[in-house]
Amino acid sequence: MSVYSEKVMDHFRNPRNVGEIENPDGVGKAGNPVCGDIMELYIKVEDEKIVDAKFKTFGCGAAIATSSMVTEMVKGKTIEEALKITNKAVAEALDGLPPIKMHCSVLAEEALKSAIEDYYKKKEEVK
Amino acid sequence: MKYIYMDHAATTPTNPDVLKAMLPFFSEKYGNPSSLYSIGQESRTVIEEARGKVAKFIGAKHDEIVFTSGGTESNNFALMGVAWANQKKGNHIVTSSIEHHAIINPCKFLEKRGFKVTYLPVDKYGIVDPDDVKKAITDKTILISIMHANNEIGTIEPIAEIGKVAREKEIIFHTDAVQTVGHIPVNVDELNVDLLSLSAHKFYGPKGAGALYIRKGTKIVPYLYGGDQEKRRRASTENVPGIVGLGKAIELAMQDMEEECKRLASLRNMLIEKILSEVDEVILNGHPTQRLPNNANFSFKYIEGESLILSLDMEGIACSTGSACTSSSLEPSHVLRAIGLPHEIAHGSLRFTLGRSNNEEQIDYVVEKLKKIVNKFRSMSPLYEKK
Repeated sequence: MSVYSEKVMDHFRNPRNVGEIENPDGVGKAGNPVCGDIMELYIKVEDEKIVDAKFKTFGCGAAIATSSMVTEMVKGKTIEEALKITNKAVAEALDGLPPIKMHCSVLAEEALKSAIEDYYKKKEEVK
Repeated sequence: MKYIYMDHAATTPTNPDVLKAMLPFFSEKYGNPSSLYSIGQESRTVIEEARGKVAKFIGAKHDEIVFTSGGTESNNFALMGVAWANQKKGNHIVTSSIEHHAIINPCKFLEKRGFKVTYLPVDKYGIVDPDDVKKAITDKTILISIMHANNEIGTIEPIAEIGKVAREKEIIFHTDAVQTVGHIPVNVDELNVDLLSLSAHKFYGPKGAGALYIRKGTKIVPYLYGGDQEKRRRASTENVPGIVGLGKAIELAMQDMEEECKRLASLRNMLIEKILSEVDEVILNGHPTQRLPNNANFSFKYIEGESLILSLDMEGIACSTGSACTSSSLEPSHVLRAIGLPHEIAHGSLRFTLGRSNNEEQIDYVVEKLKKIVNKFRSMSPLYEKK
């Protein structure tokens, strides 16, 4: 018996895309140590398409699983499509989260938005 | 897969001999102790025998023991019972900032009903200073309640000294001894306490059975009202199987307490030494020596506790954490905050509480697995990178 779904436990046990990307096109950060959740999300973008995503997370089982899931979800998506990914969509992709853990999925959405923002900022700087 | 249980402060398995002693009192000897016919009186007899065993363990008189449903009820009974009985004398209660929620939450309730509560700070080891207790006392103080040993970090409080302060000032003194009774010597006269809570399932007895020691002459009113059970101090038909189980468990605890205490302390020391020497950036929480023989509490920096619990569970190891992620409040343990740990370090805490089923081989296994798990999560942690 587990408080989490099979899928959450799968992503917790074998998190996908752990690590950092060298020379990333965007880096997103969310959370703070007070709440016990910090996520860093790295993206590589080619022709407005996210070709790679990696993460580092300090947090509970749900935080790690949502981090892993969001990196899987954004890969291959255009920036525009990625911006439409909501915390609910991440939670649903994991077959749901316990109610008190829903804030962990917010963390994933925030980190993603922040990474895309960083991508836009970097693009501006190049121009 | 083998299963290694190291969460004995949460609960313990009921000893098979305890269960055996309890079983006849469900379907065979089911009489109500208040009934005059023989099966009723048989239940009465075994309850009084159990009362004698509990009294003996804590050095109390037979009729100073009132059976309850467990630690939470005993604590509520002590606080509410003294508060309501002594309202005319005063409205001030002194307690500590590291008490169990079964003390803190009744205190919060009483605060909403016009009582004032002082939550004393503790030092970095979790110790309450008896001088602080003395200074906190006012002419309105009616009760002091300080736990005997802390359930999270295992620190043993200077109860006898605090009791002396209470005696001098003639203030009722309660101690929550849920973590100590059945494990280390507890004597109500040596500790200078007037009220003491204990719970059976913490020492291989059944859940749902406990007691409140009430020193003769202590001004207290009941918490439960109804029939005349427990000399009108606690209404409700007695939980006969539970009380029999409590009596048997405390009797068994007494038989080899000294040896078991030593055995657990040496296992605990082995666990502490191994973890501190084989894992980097670990803090031992609680007092280095003045602690429960079976408790070891660590903070693993840069990692969150729930992740550790889930991963250890996959390896068949059960222990607990003070991380917020296991509570609904999102706040880490108030105990770890009170000893001064920053949030992120409080989130990375892990508590091992050893018991009869544990041995040296298991300690080796746990440390081995833990090292791998800690490395895995640190390699994933953005905080660790920043070092």
